[in-house]
Amino acid sequence: MSKRPTFILDDQEVPFEPGQTVLQAALAAGRYIPHLCYHPEFRPHGSCKVCTARVDGRMMAACTTPASPGINVESETEELNDLRRMLVQMLFAEGNHFCPSCEASGNCVLQALGYDLGVLTAGFRHMFPVRPVDASHPDILLDFNRCVLCELCVRASNEVDGKGVFALSGRGIDKHLVVNAESNQLADTDIALDDKAMEVCPVGVILKKRVGFAVPIGERRYDRAPISAQALADAPRSPEHKK
Amino acid sequence: MSAAPPRKLKVATTSLAGCFGCHMSLLDIDERLFPLLDKIQFDRSPLTDIKHCGKCDIGIIEGGVCNAENVRVLQEFRANCRILVAIGACAVTGGLPAQRNHLDLGLCLQEVYETEPSLSKGCIPDDPELPLPLDKVHPLHEVVKVDYFIPGCPPSADAIWSFLTDLIAGRTPRLGHGLISYD
Repeated sequence: MSKRPTFILDDQEVPFEPGQTVLQAALAAGRYIPHLCYHPEFRPHGSCKVCTARVDGRMMAACTTPASPGINVESETEELNDLRRMLVQMLFAEGNHFCPSCEASGNCVLQALGYDLGVLTAGFRHMFPVRPVDASHPDILLDFNRCVLCELCVRASNEVDGKGVFALSGRGIDKHLVVNAESNQLADTDIALDDKAMEVCPVGVILKKRVGFAVPIGERRYDRAPISAQALADAPRSPEHKK
Repeated sequence: MSAAPPRKLKVATTSLAGCFGCHMSLLDIDERLFPLLDKIQFDRSPLTDIKHCGKCDIGIIEGGVCNAENVRVLQEFRANCRILVAIGACAVTGGLPAQRNHLDLGLCLQEVYETEPSLSKGCIPDDPELPLPLDKVHPLHEVVKVDYFIPGCPPSADAIWSFLTDLIAGRTPRLGHGLISYD
């Protein structure tokens, strides 16, 4: 059996399969690199940059950088975690993230990343943008205040549901999530409760109505264990790294 | 002959645009208040009812900044406290009061005082003793320099205890998983 190629992640060898990215190989080997817009079931997108690592001296998004033999990847450094903290802080300051009144609290990737990275304050001036909610659908609520533009719902709706319900529109600070209906109302799309797009929102934008507090705050996913542990538990693991 | 006991640290606390939930959480450290009181002495605080902040080692502030009086109190704390701590979601992010920030303040006041059915003959209060509301609610760090932040709505008693014991012992406070909470 031929030995798999490896690269170096924070001074330790990580084996990989051809076609894997640095982030995929790291997770498969049980090594956590903080990330937000990456989801193991979708093509990497590289939009949030939380997984930025130093690859052979250059800053690269670990989710889109192909693993290749012998590259030297630094991730767990104070410099990179400072950068990640700043990215998370900017996302908090740019939207309206009122955790105490958010029903996704405890299940929210942005919040859990903040906990894990030790973010105690957004630091920046909060922008308090005006982003009305869309409550037009009888069973589904869209709260755009929390959108971090990860495009996971866009990818899920296009690639799995085949519906194209969501898209991003505008540029720069005006970029925002829209729905594919002439009225711009979710009620006029063909979204359904069992769509993949309903599952993937990492924050609290796409919500099923009337189930918000079925699991109490304090007993939710990231209340139980930090996101670093949860991400490794979820990742497809290489046979030699399975317990 | 035994050495003199170490000087107690002076601590001031106040609530700006807050609900006193963070002060309740401070009290919720329960019997640990006794060893804490061996090491600190309260200056201005709702617990002492002292009206102005003297020279202090630590100032702990809950609530955001929503009116002119909040600005004055915050500046007095900053001028007098060696270390300023923003405690709770409102002080750290603006919190619940900041949910009015994307609305027009005048329309908010009209809605509350002129169109609410139970106040159908009401008017917007304009007594000169009432502090002038600010157009927006601000977290503390947008007004003065803040040294430490304890997020949470409110932070748990354990988070406050862990933070204070670290700070009093001269260690850099660190809140790990389970103690950092934004809700």
